[in-house]
Amino acid sequence: MATIGFTVNNKAVSVNAEADTPLLWVVREHLKLTGTKFGCGTGLCGACTVHVDGKAVRSCQTQVSQVSGKKVVTIEGLSPGGEHPLQRAWIAEQVPQCGYCQSGQIMQAAELLEKVKKPTREQIVAHMDGNICRCGTYPRIVRAIERAALEA
Amino acid sequence: MSKSISNRAASLTRRDVVAGGAGLTFAFAFGGPMTGRPDAALAATDTAAKVIGGWVTIGTDNSITIAAPIAEMGQGANTSLPMIVAEELDADWSKVKPFVPPAVPGLYGNPQFRGIVYVVASRTTDGYWDKARVHGAQARRVLMQAAADKWGVALSELATEPSVVVHKPSNRRMSYGEIAQFATVPAEMPKVELAELKQPSEYRIIGNKAVKRFDIPAKTNGSAKYGIDVQVDGMLYATLLRSPLEGGEPEHVDAAALLKIPGVTQTIALTDAVAVVGTSVEAVFKARDALKVKWKGGATAGYDSEKSLGDYVKRARNLGEKGLSYRNAGDTGQAFAKAAKVVTADLTTDYVYHAQMEPMNVTAQVNAAGDGADIWIGTQGQTPVAGAAAGFLKTKPQNIKVHQQFLGGGFGRRAATDLPVYGLAIAKRVGKPVKLLWTREQDVQAAWMRPQTAHHLEAALDDQGNLMGWRHRIVGEAVTGYVQAARLEAAKGLDPLTLEGAEHLYAVDNLSVEYLREIHGTPLAAWRAIGSGPNKFAIESFIDEIARAQNMDPVAFRLKLLAKHPRGQKIVETVAKMANWGAKPAPDRALGFAYADIWRTPVAGAAEVSLDRNTGVIRVHRFWNAVNPGIVVNPDIVVQQSESNVVWGISQALKERVTIKDGAVQQSNFHDYQVLRMSEVPEIFTEIVNTNHHPTGIGEIVLPVVAPAVANAVYALTGKRLRHMPFTPERVKEALKA
Repeated sequence: MATIGFTVNNKAVSVNAEADTPLLWVVREHLKLTGTKFGCGTGLCGACTVHVDGKAVRSCQTQVSQVSGKKVVTIEGLSPGGEHPLQRAWIAEQVPQCGYCQSGQIMQAAELLEKVKKPTREQIVAHMDGNICRCGTYPRIVRAIERAALEA
Repeated sequence: MSKSISNRAASLTRRDVVAGGAGLTFAFAFGGPMTGRPDAALAATDTAAKVIGGWVTIGTDNSITIAAPIAEMGQGANTSLPMIVAEELDADWSKVKPFVPPAVPGLYGNPQFRGIVYVVASRTTDGYWDKARVHGAQARRVLMQAAADKWGVALSELATEPSVVVHKPSNRRMSYGEIAQFATVPAEMPKVELAELKQPSEYRIIGNKAVKRFDIPAKTNGSAKYGIDVQVDGMLYATLLRSPLEGGEPEHVDAAALLKIPGVTQTIALTDAVAVVGTSVEAVFKARDALKVKWKGGATAGYDSEKSLGDYVKRARNLGEKGLSYRNAGDTGQAFAKAAKVVTADLTTDYVYHAQMEPMNVTAQVNAAGDGADIWIGTQGQTPVAGAAAGFLKTKPQNIKVHQQFLGGGFGRRAATDLPVYGLAIAKRVGKPVKLLWTREQDVQAAWMRPQTAHHLEAALDDQGNLMGWRHRIVGEAVTGYVQAARLEAAKGLDPLTLEGAEHLYAVDNLSVEYLREIHGTPLAAWRAIGSGPNKFAIESFIDEIARAQNMDPVAFRLKLLAKHPRGQKIVETVAKMANWGAKPAPDRALGFAYADIWRTPVAGAAEVSLDRNTGVIRVHRFWNAVNPGIVVNPDIVVQQSESNVVWGISQALKERVTIKDGAVQQSNFHDYQVLRMSEVPEIFTEIVNTNHHPTGIGEIVLPVVAPAVANAVYALTGKRLRHMPFTPERVKEALKA
């Protein structure tokens, strides 16, 4: 057991966990920030995507010891009141169906808009292709990212 | 920390898990009505709020809460059902919020499922249509009567505007919230006849494009709670390792390595699985990987699905073996004897897995006496869960409290009751609440699949090219044989789920549809669109083949066969127009067409494809579809579900397959069970045709036309038929060589 300190959504936290514990379980079960989802455990679906120092990572493939001293942002901390342009666009385009993958989709898309203010459709698809949506909301995800890029 | 390796839990058997799902037979008897208020949150702050008939609560602040009993799994039921109630209530929609009531059968159940709270087969709007409207109308009548009594006027002089009762002669108005302050709710609801309800031309909520789904904001900020998100004080975590063979039993459990993993507290050998229990997910998942179990037996022992499918085809083709008759009309033998031309085809489909994004899970707590339980779960069937749990604990369903959560995908998998029974078995043993969570690998390897199928089709044509005879022989396992044995027996062996969609509306006087059952012991379930996926793939590919065999346009041929079905014709014409059918396609592209009419919702689809002949990869560029689900409650939900079906349908057509070797599922995660990704999605064009019929389903309606439209487009492009779904690159290359 190790004590590991980092920030989550701008709050300093200290957790007691095995060093190799996936960040996913620390966020979801230790810190009770359940918006980050478990989908595959192998980095294949993107449902667990969070930001570590501004970079979108698969939290199921990130050991908690790797984020020691770093800045972790989850869907709950993306914006103060769920008002990020992507979140507003997700509602405007009525994107989510079952909704389970959408935290990961939004976190993945947020990284793109940080890097590329007005992404082309090809850039959007290339950036998002690692995130599975079983309900097939992909066309609306694309539209929502384009809308957010216009409004941001 | 105590660690014990227990003997197997004699209390749990496969029968508990599977036959526990006997709830699906709708055979449970349930006790009296719910007591207390349905909306505790409102009751706590507004003691005068009025609960009217159990579905509607009017707050003195004019707030309105409306029951949304059906599982929200993305199909929008938490919004669409309240819309129907609100329409007849004449509610101000901006004041309406949904609430998920306790799953009281009867009061909150679907009349098409004998009043149980359960959602499968796109039946929510269809089944609740009258019931939801009447509940809304009754609540409105109660409010109007209270106003009439207060003002001392006749009920007949009153009318309503959104959330307001109006007395025109005296120009008096009272809001629903004002009425709630003094109204008394009668013990018995006033009688409202269906004929007294609004006409579609009067609707202002039903059909309103501006109405957004209630569940969406919470799904953009992490606050939506799914079954997997439940946390209960003092709970432990558990995961399962099941036998690679269905129903295999743990003979020897070597848990020595587990003892070194911090946080693991216990393993429990169940009849067909070993549970690992501990204080964290990371501990029990790590322990599961270290667990060594010697398994014994299993219903799928020795089964090889790919080898077996070849035998299915031989069986389907062997007319000497008579199948069970599913549909029979005229004299099929005579029609074929007199035929000027006979067209035949053999088509096959593989096993598929639901691949819902939220792995299966449940949180369960058994009370100290062992005769009641709390179950936190996202389920398609609260009533079956309560029934299965009660059966396991040998108690009454009323003693089971099902705490419904959002579903991270249902698609048929979450209609099953295996997880709650496993969860209860573990919780009972450890004496604490337990969150049972499957790994993705367990979820795939213990998949309840849609079975693989073989189809032999024959068409008899006269010398004018008229369709005189139709023969369709379907070989496959019986889904109800696994999930609802009593229902299979009642259907005299004709599996209603595998055969769904084998019926069609095309005009043919002499028709025979037969079923030949296979038994391999595999776990099976309804999968989105149920039997219509494989059956419409076979039928619609074959219709295309018959048309081409006589140089007829496949759309014209369908229109001819649908001459007595104007709704069907209209849908075919709509999509043909949308897709500009008949025009010359872009270079290296071609169009394919398909039609279906499952569960009374006519649908058609057209696919535009191209093909990389070197790699065998099919690309769907554009997909046009139109549906006619009757009266449309929420137009955008219809579009959402249509888009979802197109994506799912292409995924099914091109990629999805489970294979079984030596009795075990060979796939384990999204690397070898691939589903469609964003880069593979076409442009999707959807139209809704509304003919003011009784509303029917939309959640899985478009899916069946997608695969045949793609296959028919590939034929138009290459002259080669794809007769084995999915159309993997290897199969496509094989077909090109043929």
